[in-house]
Amino acid sequence: MMISAQNYGDKMKEYHYTGPVEHKFSPYAFNGGTVLAVAGDDFAIVASDTRLSEGYAIHSRDSPKCYKLTDTTVLGCSGFHGDCLTLTKIIEARLKMYKHSNNKSMTSGAIAAMLSTILYGRRFFPYYVYNIIGGLDEEGRGAVYSFDPVGSYQRDSYKAGGSASAMLQPLLDNQIGFKNMEKVEQVPLSLEKAEQLIKDVFISAAERDVYTGDALKLCIVTKEGIREEIMPLRKD
Amino acid sequence: MALLDVCGISDWVKEDTFNPESASVDRVNHFNFAAREPELAVPIGVDPAEFLKPLTESEDGVEGVKIKLEHGTTTLAFKFQHGVMVAVDSRASAGSYVSTQMFKKVIEINPYLLGTMSGSAADCVYWERVLAKECRIYKLRNKERISVSAASKLLANMVANYRGMGLSMGTMICGWDKKGPGLYYVDEDGLRLSGNMFSTGSGNPYAYGVMDSGYRFDLTVPEAYDLAQRAIFHATHRDAYSGGTVNMYHIKESGWIKVSQEDVGDLYHRFAAEKK
Repeated sequence: MMISAQNYGDKMKEYHYTGPVEHKFSPYAFNGGTVLAVAGDDFAIVASDTRLSEGYAIHSRDSPKCYKLTDTTVLGCSGFHGDCLTLTKIIEARLKMYKHSNNKSMTSGAIAAMLSTILYGRRFFPYYVYNIIGGLDEEGRGAVYSFDPVGSYQRDSYKAGGSASAMLQPLLDNQIGFKNMEKVEQVPLSLEKAEQLIKDVFISAAERDVYTGDALKLCIVTKEGIREEIMPLRKD
Repeated sequence: MALLDVCGISDWVKEDTFNPESASVDRVNHFNFAAREPELAVPIGVDPAEFLKPLTESEDGVEGVKIKLEHGTTTLAFKFQHGVMVAVDSRASAGSYVSTQMFKKVIEINPYLLGTMSGSAADCVYWERVLAKECRIYKLRNKERISVSAASKLLANMVANYRGMGLSMGTMICGWDKKGPGLYYVDEDGLRLSGNMFSTGSGNPYAYGVMDSGYRFDLTVPEAYDLAQRAIFHATHRDAYSGGTVNMYHIKESGWIKVSQEDVGDLYHRFAAEKK
């Protein structure tokens, strides 16, 4: 059904509010990005894309979301970039304080518990950050801890967070958790297979999520240390 | 420090040159990062509940920013002649997204006290961890275990300080102390009730229906296990926000034991086969 330009203008006036509008300052912004962590028997991988966006604009194509905390732990944060920066500064300061008082580095489990209380300290004015910690526990096994913005956390074996998390998590559930499959041999995940899976999964995410793309940064944590790898993704 | 708290010295020894009392409630203290005294920051000049509501609850959030917090759902507990049964589901949802199907909703405070979690996951995890710390300090100071009544009172008083600020927590403190089995329901308004049977969360109507129809005080242990499991299973079947696995605990005089952890999909097939 077509309406004439005259009627269209009249109709629009009904829907458009033309009086004064109150604009409030919002302390938050959404800067996009996806983070993923996978834990194996003796390794952990934390991966993130490197795009920093806001609305329709891309601020940077080289802004990775993985932060190295200790030799055995990497933190991935996505959400509001301002809060990610402040949160990582506070965590790094608390790590140093712990090292100076206790003469040893914090373990992954301890960092996770500490991050939970730091986040809850802002329960009424949250850090708008979705965090995932990946690293090795005291026995050398891979550990992944995932958080919500106010500090609820759990140890998992794999987790995706950020803008494309709803697309990646079901795929990981199937390929790593062997969910919803019958009569499959449940082989433990090897480092090479995990790396390849993560690369494939991000390539898919970059196709279908506008906030994910540009490049993929992988931080592979093993007992030898942390190895970094960068792989290009779609830039559109 | 924990040792200073136990001795009660921290009340009159000022460790930091920065005086905690003069730190205003509405500014995050960056000097000690809340490492010594736990402080919760509050936004300046706004009612915290009003500030958070549009961000967490409305459809599109504020200017495209929607903070999704994890919520947990169906839990139940009941007392019977052989102790206390506790059963929970394991789904945590953030908005309509299921963030995990394997969330631990029972916190093991100590070998004879359990706390369940429903409502906002972060609120329950944090306050029950603080409760675990207080229970431990009580035991060190008084050389005897804290009673279930006292533990639940501590929790109720802690959260009552934040009444009206938007906390969401419905928890059951269950245990065995000198007076026998204990079961208390505590919620975010500071409400604390003692009872024989409680169920909390969005799936609680379904769980109550099944529990009420099968409950007797003189249930045998296998009958109690079956009843608790069925109640949670039926709640997960009908409530969209409950699911995952059914985690069951049994609190006896010697402490709690973890009875089972079964996926609701497997339970569905088991119950369906029984009907035939």
